[in-house]
Amino acid sequence: MHKEIKKVLILGSGALKIGEAGEFDYSGSQALKALKEEGVETVLINPNIATVQTSEGIADKIYFYPITPFFVEKVIQKEKPEGILLSFGGQTALNCGIELFKTGILKKYNVNVLGTPVQAIMDTEDRELFVNKLNEIDVKTPKSIAVNSVTDAIIAAKKVGFPVIVRAAYTLGGMGSGFCSNNEELEKLANNAFSYTNQILVEESIKGWKEVEYEVVRDKYDNCITVCNMENFDPLGVHTGESIVVAPSQTLTNAEYHKLRSLSIKIIRHIGIVGECNVQYALDPESEDYRVIEVNARLSRSSALASKATGYPLAFVAAKLGLGYGLHQLKNSITKTTTACYEPALDYVVCKIPRWDLNKFIGVSKQIGSSMKSVGEIMAIGRTFEEAIQKGLRMIGQGMHGFVANKDIHIDNINKELSEPTDKRIFVVAKAIREGYTVEKIHQLTKIDNWFLYKLKNIYDIENQLAMFNELNKLPIELLLKAKQAGFSDFQIARLILKSDDNTIENDLLKVRKFRIENHITPVVKQIDTLAAEYPAKTNYLYMTYNGTEHDITFENDKKSVIVLGSGAYRIGSSVEFDWCSVNAINSIKKNNLRSIMINYNPETVSTDYDVCDRLYFDELTFERVMDIVDLENPKGTIVSVGGQIPNNLAMRLDKNGVAILGTSAKSIDNAEDRHQFSSMLDNLKIDQPRWKELTSIDDIYRFVDDVGFPVLIRPSYVLSGAAMNVVSNRDELEHFLTLAANVSKKYPVVVSEFIEEAKEIEIDAVANNGEVVLYAISEHVEFAGVHSGDATIVFPAQKLYIETIRRIKKITKQIAKELNITGPFNIQFLAKDNDIKVIECNLRASRSFPFVSKVLKTNFIEIATDAMLGFHVEKPQKSIFDLDYVGVKASQFSFSRLLKADPVLGVEMASTGEVGCIGENYYEAILTAMLSVGYKIPKKNILISSGPPRSKVELLESARMLHKKGYNLYATGGSQKFLELHGIPSTMLHWPDENLKPNVLDFLKAKEIDLVINIPKDLSKNELHNDYTIRRSAIDFNIPLITNARLASAFIYSFCKVDLNKLEVRSWDEY
Amino acid sequence: MKLILEDGTAISGSFFGYPRSVAGEVVFNTAMTGYPESLSDPSYKGQILVLTYPLIGNYGVPESIIEKDLPKFFESSKVQITGLIVADYSTEYNHWNATKSLGDWLYENKVPAMFGVDTRALTKLIREKGALKGKLIYDNQDIDFYDPDKDNLVDQVCSKERIVYGNGKSKVLLVDCGVKNNIIRNVLKRDTTVIRIPWNYNFLNEEYDGILVSNGPGNPVYCIKTIENLAKAMQKEKPVFGICLGNQLMALASGAKTYKLKYGHRSHNQPVLLSGTNKAYITSQNHGYAIDQSSLGKDWEPLFVNLNDGTNEGIKHKTKPFFSVQFHPEASSGPTDTEFLFDDFMGLVMKTKK
Repeated sequence: MHKEIKKVLILGSGALKIGEAGEFDYSGSQALKALKEEGVETVLINPNIATVQTSEGIADKIYFYPITPFFVEKVIQKEKPEGILLSFGGQTALNCGIELFKTGILKKYNVNVLGTPVQAIMDTEDRELFVNKLNEIDVKTPKSIAVNSVTDAIIAAKKVGFPVIVRAAYTLGGMGSGFCSNNEELEKLANNAFSYTNQILVEESIKGWKEVEYEVVRDKYDNCITVCNMENFDPLGVHTGESIVVAPSQTLTNAEYHKLRSLSIKIIRHIGIVGECNVQYALDPESEDYRVIEVNARLSRSSALASKATGYPLAFVAAKLGLGYGLHQLKNSITKTTTACYEPALDYVVCKIPRWDLNKFIGVSKQIGSSMKSVGEIMAIGRTFEEAIQKGLRMIGQGMHGFVANKDIHIDNINKELSEPTDKRIFVVAKAIREGYTVEKIHQLTKIDNWFLYKLKNIYDIENQLAMFNELNKLPIELLLKAKQAGFSDFQIARLILKSDDNTIENDLLKVRKFRIENHITPVVKQIDTLAAEYPAKTNYLYMTYNGTEHDITFENDKKSVIVLGSGAYRIGSSVEFDWCSVNAINSIKKNNLRSIMINYNPETVSTDYDVCDRLYFDELTFERVMDIVDLENPKGTIVSVGGQIPNNLAMRLDKNGVAILGTSAKSIDNAEDRHQFSSMLDNLKIDQPRWKELTSIDDIYRFVDDVGFPVLIRPSYVLSGAAMNVVSNRDELEHFLTLAANVSKKYPVVVSEFIEEAKEIEIDAVANNGEVVLYAISEHVEFAGVHSGDATIVFPAQKLYIETIRRIKKITKQIAKELNITGPFNIQFLAKDNDIKVIECNLRASRSFPFVSKVLKTNFIEIATDAMLGFHVEKPQKSIFDLDYVGVKASQFSFSRLLKADPVLGVEMASTGEVGCIGENYYEAILTAMLSVGYKIPKKNILISSGPPRSKVELLESARMLHKKGYNLYATGGSQKFLELHGIPSTMLHWPDENLKPNVLDFLKAKEIDLVINIPKDLSKNELHNDYTIRRSAIDFNIPLITNARLASAFIYSFCKVDLNKLEVRSWDEY
Repeated sequence: MKLILEDGTAISGSFFGYPRSVAGEVVFNTAMTGYPESLSDPSYKGQILVLTYPLIGNYGVPESIIEKDLPKFFESSKVQITGLIVADYSTEYNHWNATKSLGDWLYENKVPAMFGVDTRALTKLIREKGALKGKLIYDNQDIDFYDPDKDNLVDQVCSKERIVYGNGKSKVLLVDCGVKNNIIRNVLKRDTTVIRIPWNYNFLNEEYDGILVSNGPGNPVYCIKTIENLAKAMQKEKPVFGICLGNQLMALASGAKTYKLKYGHRSHNQPVLLSGTNKAYITSQNHGYAIDQSSLGKDWEPLFVNLNDGTNEGIKHKTKPFFSVQFHPEASSGPTDTEFLFDDFMGLVMKTKK
């Protein structure tokens, strides 16, 4: 080990975004753990306040600042670390590290890069260097030509031959990449790609080849291992982040497996990686020919998956190798006796499935391809492929129950959807099988290996066998067992045999459960031990399967364990914050001398790190599976309030079936969830709420709207594309919306609520014990109500509220806590206009902002909530803790650049994929660092203002004046320009995109003449004028910062005009 | 179909392969790929093999092409195992080089197999009790237990005559104790003529530049003839290289002892360390016996050690060009990281030739 390294700086990955998500919280946390074990002092820079790695006790010093060379240099200057780790914070950290290296900052402050040298990183990041490097050792890469202009791209394509794939250098998860089959497509794509990078690659297309990845580790002694290989279900053409992936590979022979394995080792040696890297291959399905597609010289999404798939802690080991250890000098952390220098043997199969949330976006293309759009993923473990994939399809939580026995989906053109996959890929395959397509035909259209298709067909065949029966008593036990072994849930079986409908299914699946338990068909618990049982292992990493006859573990039955239900797949609206809550609940359980049992299946999380809890069930969070585990573990109780909405939704059913829910009762949870019950409770308590009605006919809707007036918020219960929750401002919009919503009936009612304009939105995050509020945090949104609370910029402590408002909010909170007899975490959202306060939502669970307020307040809300739920005494903190002399701001990260064609506008549906939280001495400092952390840049000189409706024109006036005074050049579209001129602020008029006049907005955007775009939508509806959409979308496509909310725009402008970054002193969390 | 173990355990499952009852020693292998190679490995003679990786049969079985006098895709000319036990057998298979299913191949070779078994539970049982005698019972046709340790298995699997392959610069005498084809392929690749002789063949009068002692099944002490011949050969100076059983035979020839391991090494992920260095390698292994390192004579020293359990993985002579390894540098199936040992051997051959 390097003796001279005493202090190490780690770069995190910032906010979660498409292509860079929770996996880096896991990698970073593991690295920090490894360094800590060696007594190395750690300094972490990561503005993602909701992560586990930015929690107390994980890193010694935590800085909530942007991962940019500017801020990292400031931290280096202050902390003077001897070493830096660049490979644990995804592409963000890697790019920042390369910058720090190139600008000489690392040298200037004498900071050593630990692990893989920067030159090796650059060799893998720059395609040309990379190809040359592999050519040196005769390793094949796709024929490819690097070009710096669109014209050269077209010449290159001629040489390589269409179809070609275009790749942009130095980008996240394939951004700006894609397939082109002609010049026209190429031109378009290349233009877009050049807005991110100045170099693109035009490559031969090997679409349809198998895609296989290896996770490779190398130490300084040149010892190499491949920890895991993984095979994509979808062949090349679908980004690995968008594909179902299995581990280990299923269709490769020994010769293929080891050919690619030894190539991986050859590559890692030649590049000179010390630590971990990932090698992606294309493998010809008709021979042993191959191409290397990519090498990632860092921990990646795949490495996190491989760690979870095998039990081999890649990030932990990589960090130790970075400190100078050899692989053989480290222990296997599962067996604790054998060495870390080995390759895990799996005796199960894992299946990763991506989770998309494309329905949340307006106008987005649903096709999946060479760039990533998914927002999360799950990993399912089974002892048959059928079992793993069916588990997995339930885990992604998109209303599906497995591969079969789902609600029928409508597919316009099966052939087209098979050959041009969308987010419904696997269900289209199911549909095709149902329609009688042969395996061969599906293979022709999809290029998915026949073996996978045979397995899927097998599931379909079992479905048919089951459906032939109408009664459980007639069902052969062997068939029931076969179905369970193929991953069928009780739900699917009930639906197939009892022909249950929505009303009877809940009861029917209990009948199936009872029947199978009576017939001794129950799952067994198996361990993941990394060596396929070759050596004894005391591992707590578990999964359940029906393909087994005995449990690997015994059960204590002493009521001294507590189950925590995790949060499942990351999705828009539920991500790393609930992982933080889960991990902290576990810590509190352990602190209270109880055993913690975690159930979760998201490979990107820390809560699924087997080091964290006493027992980890990497398995489903369905009613069925949770009951299975509760039956075996017989715990003291189960916590459903720290994992977001999935566990929350299970509360009632678990409670009804005798599971002890800890904390707030299931009945109370239901009372808060049910709109009618909650509303009447508020009425009884004389707490105000926006007027609302659940309506079942169009006439009723009009009548209600006549009564409350526009705008109104509409929530249909049956959602067609583009007709989700929405605000409508006038009769035309309402009519348009109702035609989209189509289905308004008793079965599919629409909820219409009065919408209050220019209202402040306020949130309280709180913990109560037996109905008494113990701890609370009041925060306010920068944006007015109408922007989803998950997208809003949140300030804590609230800076601009009347004392009267705060007092009333506290009073209402107390009333609700008492009425629902809350014990544990909860969150209430309010609207405030003047001193009028209305409650809009109440969740009797931890909310998204719990880690944020906990960290800003330095009081762990989850720890206290867990103590309360466990029935331990909790102390009310002293009043003075609420008196902070600093401010926290939580800002949202959007991933619109990944979502082709999506309108980057904010509304009542959440669209952000992540968030950051920064702390500052004052409001502006906190806003500024938070905004810079989510990718905004302080504009250099040119700002475009297209300020929308009169109200926002006024809102932006002072900001515009300030910009002008600061010497910025303002550009504005017609109306905005006139308005500014009227108020004495000079600006240059730019014509709208569809006006064929110069100077035109589009030209300026394309030429990147604009450094910041402020485009405020004209009204609250999403039916935006084409021009505004074009401006917004172009800003995204040309990678120009965009703000679409006037209040946020002015907060940002004020902050960068008032705060001088050069004078800003960085402070670690503990210095506030 | 049923598996009955000598301790009385009975496990039932579904049948595939050839319909008959068989008896042998039940062993497991934790490799995740390479069933065509493993099943045709002569070292498995007399054994009922449990594969811990549950999904088996996915890519079928390749066609029997003969390339340079050797079957291209297999380690010998037939299925060598006595029986096969897996968790999830894939009746449907798909691969460009597959011509038949695993079940059909087993049928052709008259080898029965069972699937639908909790192979993890079975593996744990074998792990704790050591390799067990067992029998696969088809259709209640009971048979007796069989202890392969009591037989000279080497004699059953090795070639019966002297065979010559290739026509290269150096002559390598291959002592066949049940050699895997990939050992021959690896030697042939290095500009050699390979003279393959049966285990008990008196090779002392053959003309050669180096000797390679192959892998093979069972207890090494049965190969008395080989041990005697090797002891004589090692009085000379020409290089000797032993693999797996060959490693044990060289140890015995040098006067050291071997013993049966509690948990045999049967996997693709065995880490070994080159003694006295920081160089570690991942190796393919398949053995139940090992060299007792403490019994090594004064002229010998350990060459490799197992990083997991500290057992000996190879020895070398301190002065003469003799070395041997317990693992399989020829891989097939498994990792190819130690293929360089063939280069090392040929290096010694070239050196002594000069």
